[in-house]
Amino acid sequence: MIMIFGKPLMLLYGQLTLGLINGSFYALLSLGLAVIFGLLNIINFAHGALFMLGAFVTWGLLQYLGIGYWAALVIAPLVLGVFGVVLERFLIRRLYGLDHLYGLLLTFGCALVIEGLMRNNFGSSGVPYAIPSALQGPLNLGFMVLPRYRAWVVLAAAAMCLVTWLLIERTRLGATLRAATENAPLVQAFGVNVPRLITLTYGAGCALAAFAGVLAAPMNSVNPNMGSNLIIVVFATVVIGGMGSILGSIITGFGLGIIEGITKVYYPEGSATVVFVVMVIVLLLRPAGLFGKAA
Amino acid sequence: MFGFSRAQAIAFAIMLAAIAAAPSVLYPVFLMKVLCFALFACAFNLLIGFAGLLSLGHAAYFGMGSYVAAYAAKTWGVSAEIAILLGGLVGAAIGLVFGWLAIRRQGIYFAMITLALSQMIYFFCLEAAFTGGEDGIQQVPRAALFGLIGMKSDMALYWLIAGVFVLGFLLIHRIVHSPFGQVLTAIRENEPRAISLGYRVDDYKLLAFVLSTFLSGIAGGAKSQVFGIATLTDVHWSMGGEVVLMTLLGGIGTIFGPLVGALVFGSLETYLAQFGDWVTVTQGGIFILCVIAFRRGIVGEIGNRLRLVL
Repeated sequence: MIMIFGKPLMLLYGQLTLGLINGSFYALLSLGLAVIFGLLNIINFAHGALFMLGAFVTWGLLQYLGIGYWAALVIAPLVLGVFGVVLERFLIRRLYGLDHLYGLLLTFGCALVIEGLMRNNFGSSGVPYAIPSALQGPLNLGFMVLPRYRAWVVLAAAAMCLVTWLLIERTRLGATLRAATENAPLVQAFGVNVPRLITLTYGAGCALAAFAGVLAAPMNSVNPNMGSNLIIVVFATVVIGGMGSILGSIITGFGLGIIEGITKVYYPEGSATVVFVVMVIVLLLRPAGLFGKAA
Repeated sequence: MFGFSRAQAIAFAIMLAAIAAAPSVLYPVFLMKVLCFALFACAFNLLIGFAGLLSLGHAAYFGMGSYVAAYAAKTWGVSAEIAILLGGLVGAAIGLVFGWLAIRRQGIYFAMITLALSQMIYFFCLEAAFTGGEDGIQQVPRAALFGLIGMKSDMALYWLIAGVFVLGFLLIHRIVHSPFGQVLTAIRENEPRAISLGYRVDDYKLLAFVLSTFLSGIAGGAKSQVFGIATLTDVHWSMGGEVVLMTLLGGIGTIFGPLVGALVFGSLETYLAQFGDWVTVTQGGIFILCVIAFRRGIVGEIGNRLRLVL
C-alpha cells in the first residue's frame, strides 16, 4: 500500500474528494452571499435555510409529485428564487437606508422561522433521498474508485460557479450588475431599474443556494438543520476570501474544503475547527481577506 | 452618583422594588433565569448599544463562563462567588483574544467573525474532556457564598443572583456614563471623527469587548449555579442569537431595555416550552417584527413616548 506521511494514499484520496465536495458547497454558498452582498449590502443569514429548503423542495417534488432529481435541479432553484424575490420585495426592501446590521438581523429571523417550521414538520432527523439511478455506483478513475454521485457534485458545482462567473464578468447584464455594485444611483440615472435589479439579484442568490441544496439532498439525509451548521463555516469562508471578488469566493471555497479534507486524514480532531483556525491566521496576516480590498 | 437622571433614578427604584417583591409572586428559579439572561443581555447591550458593535458570538463567553463555574464548583469545591467570578474571568480572557482578532474588521464582517470564533468554542466544548461532551457537567452543587452562607434554598440563591445582577447593572451604567463610555458613543456615532480626534479607537473597542465578555461570563457562571448544570446549549450559536433578540426586543442602547427584553423572552420561552420548535418560530417572528416595525424596542418606545432616556 502506498503511504503519504504515514497515511494510506487511498484514505487521503477519499478525504480529498470529500473535502472537494464540502468545498463545492462552500463555494456555491459563499458565491451567492458575495453576489447578494455586492448589491444589497446585506449578509443573507437566511442562506443556510434556503439551502435546506432547496433540499426539501427536491424531496417534496419526488414524494408528492413524482418529479425526479434532474427536473428538481431546475425547479427547486426556480421555486426558491421566487421565494427570495417575495422575501426581498416585502421584507428586506423596507430596510434599505438603515444600518446594514438590520438586514443581518432580519434574515437571521427569517432563518429561525424557516428552520423552526421545518423541524416542526419533519423532526430533527430528516428524510432520506435516493441518489438518482444514473449516478449510482462507483466510478473507476484508474488511481482510485469514486462514488459516481460525488464526482457529479464536484463537477456540477464547478460548472455552476463557472457559469455564474461568466454571467457576471462577461455579459452585458453582469456589467450592469457590477456597475450598480460600484455606484447604484449613477446606474439608475442611466435608466436602469435598479430596485428591480436588486430584487432579481437577491432571487438569483437564493436560487444558487437552492441549487446547492438539490446537490446536497442525496448526500446525507435531508434534514432541517443541514443549513445552519453549514452557514457558519460559509461565513468564515467569506471572511477569509473577502467578498470583493467572485473568483476569490470560488477559489476560497474549494481551497478550504480541501484543507478540511487533509486535516481529517492527519488530525481528525481538528477537522471541525480548521476553517476557523485558517480564518484567524488570515485575520492576523491579511485582515482584509485574501481577495478583499482594504476597507 | 451613578449618573442617573431623575427618570432613570425612579425607574431604578422601581426595578429594585420589583426584584425584591417578585419572588413572592413568581417562581424564584424562573426569576433567577430571567436575571441571568438580563445580565447577559445588559453585557451584550454595552457592546451593541454603546459601542455599536454587533457580536453574534456571545454564546461563547456565556457558555464558557457557565462551564468553568460549574467545573470549579463541582471539582474544586470553590465557594459561590469564586465560581461565578472564575466564569467571568474566563469569559474576559477569551474575549480579549477574540475581540483582538475581531476588531480588525468592521460591521458585518465583525459580526461574522465573532460568530465563527464562537463556533470554534462550541466544537472545543464538544470535544474537550472537562465539559463532558454531549452530557455536559451535571449535578453541580450549589456552592456556599464565601464558603459560609448556604445556598441550598432557592430564596438564598435568589438574593445572591439578584445582587450579582444589580452590581453588574450598576457597573455597566457607570461604564456608559464615564468618559470612557462617552468615547465609545463617539466611536459608534462617527468612527473616522473619533480617530481624527486622536483616540485609539481599537483600544476602546477592545476594552468594551472585554468588559462585555467578562459580564457575559459572570451571567453564564450564575446560570450554572442556578440550574446545577452546564451544557452545550449555553455555547451554541442559537444562544448568541437569543441574547441579540432579548436586547432588540427590550431596546438597543437603553439602560433598562435588556432586563425587560429578558423578562419577556424568558416568559415566552417558559410558556412555549411545551410546543417544541414553535419557540424558534416565535423567536424568528419577533426578530422580523422588531426589525421591520419596532426598532426602538419596548423600553425605547416607552422612553420615546415620554421623551425620556430610560
